[in-house]
Amino acid sequence: MSAHVSRRKLITTGLTAGAGVTGLGVAAKIADHYGLIPPDWGGIWGPGETLTYATQRLLMASGSLAREFNRSEVSKVVPVSGPQPKTDPYQRLRAGGFADWRLTTDGLVARPSAFSLAEIKRMPAKTQITHQACEEGWSFIAEWTGVPLSYVMNLVGVSPKAKFVVFWPFDESWDSLDLPDAYHAQTFLAYNLNGQDLPADHGAPLRVRVARQLGYKSVKYLHRLTFVDSLKNVVDGRGSAAPAAGYSWYAGI
Amino acid sequence: MATTYLEAGSIQEASRPDAARFSLLVRITHWLNTISFVALVVSGFGILLAHPRFYWGETGGLGTPSILDLPLPFMLGGPSGWGRYMHFQAAWLCVLTGLLYAISGLVSQHFRTNLLPAKGQLSVSSLKSDLWNHLRFKKPAAEEAYSYNILQRLSYLAVVFILFPLMIWTGMAMSPAVTSVFPFFVRSSGGYETARTIHFFAANLLVLFVLIHVAMVCLAGFVQRTGAMITGRVSGGRVRP
Repeated sequence: MSAHVSRRKLITTGLTAGAGVTGLGVAAKIADHYGLIPPDWGGIWGPGETLTYATQRLLMASGSLAREFNRSEVSKVVPVSGPQPKTDPYQRLRAGGFADWRLTTDGLVARPSAFSLAEIKRMPAKTQITHQACEEGWSFIAEWTGVPLSYVMNLVGVSPKAKFVVFWPFDESWDSLDLPDAYHAQTFLAYNLNGQDLPADHGAPLRVRVARQLGYKSVKYLHRLTFVDSLKNVVDGRGSAAPAAGYSWYAGI
Repeated sequence: MATTYLEAGSIQEASRPDAARFSLLVRITHWLNTISFVALVVSGFGILLAHPRFYWGETGGLGTPSILDLPLPFMLGGPSGWGRYMHFQAAWLCVLTGLLYAISGLVSQHFRTNLLPAKGQLSVSSLKSDLWNHLRFKKPAAEEAYSYNILQRLSYLAVVFILFPLMIWTGMAMSPAVTSVFPFFVRSSGGYETARTIHFFAANLLVLFVLIHVAMVCLAGFVQRTGAMITGRVSGGRVRP
């Protein structure tokens, strides 16, 4: 390879890199507009995380469904991840059979509401048998029954401006979903596991189920939904308690 | 002597001791891949520590039978958290450089010329002598710096066309988002936990390959061979016979 060629190559590479940086700026604007930038896009792991999230969002744009299984494939063991909140108000509500528990909805909604467990159980129910993997590596198949989150969202009239739903639980594991995942056919609020009322250790009285992401996105001990157009001003701005512990906000993996 | 890059070039160039051995693209992708591979192994180990136990089939966890329990502690948080961020960032680097390498290797005929076994290399006597030379750690002859021997060719082909694709395939099989679009990744792997187990064992084979690869580089002359992968030229004043 002569010096001449390598110099020309160097100039071409420089120009390409320059165009690349400018292009990246424009691409970032477009990507953000189409909801392809995760809230934890910053920091050294941001590029990989953003590539993963954007790629998977585009791949799943048609609302692809997670695999569903037969009842005979349901796991005998449903491992418990993390203990139930030991303090009030959770323990007080639990002692009262969750009669005083309410699911409140607020933020960018037309009709802020508070639903009792009985009201939620009267909504159109959905049952599905799905595979759930924990980020740790273990997994199980279980049957869940609940109400599609999209049903509740239509009931309270989520504003077109909303881009995320924030899940507030009684423990510290708050989290959020983008609206494509919130409206997804397999995302629902479950109150029944394998034919029985959701046990306390599995998130009673109500937990989120997100079939296309790892287990930690399926927030337990749910009591409030907040619809927002940006996660910047919610807690630390990273959309979930997970990034502070080192785990990514998006867990489609 | 096996086919090399040099035989395609001019005689004058081929006889120069510093003639190009590795193309710029092979060198760049080699070192980017080195970085991503180290990051993948370190972060993969971090993720493994969250649950150093392996299963077969779709599901598995504490309280269900395992096929392998590694003598490692269960460690939550820490490496299994940043390990994940690091693993996928490195996986992107690995896959993108891997694609670049694979496409250019096909287009430039690098694979056909330099990695497919050359004429005569697959004969029993040739295989035997190469294997014997490796087993007794015989220092390779100087001219071997210009070409790949049969064991190199076969192991490189296995790494590029079997192990790396298998890692990506089983990695995809572990993504609930990807398998919602492409369920065949997990179905063909024999289930989520089987995919995780294969991913682990294939990773071990890749680490074994790297250990042998580095050992052979040391045996052949670490400075000269590593220098060749950086500058593209075989230095050390040896004139190719």
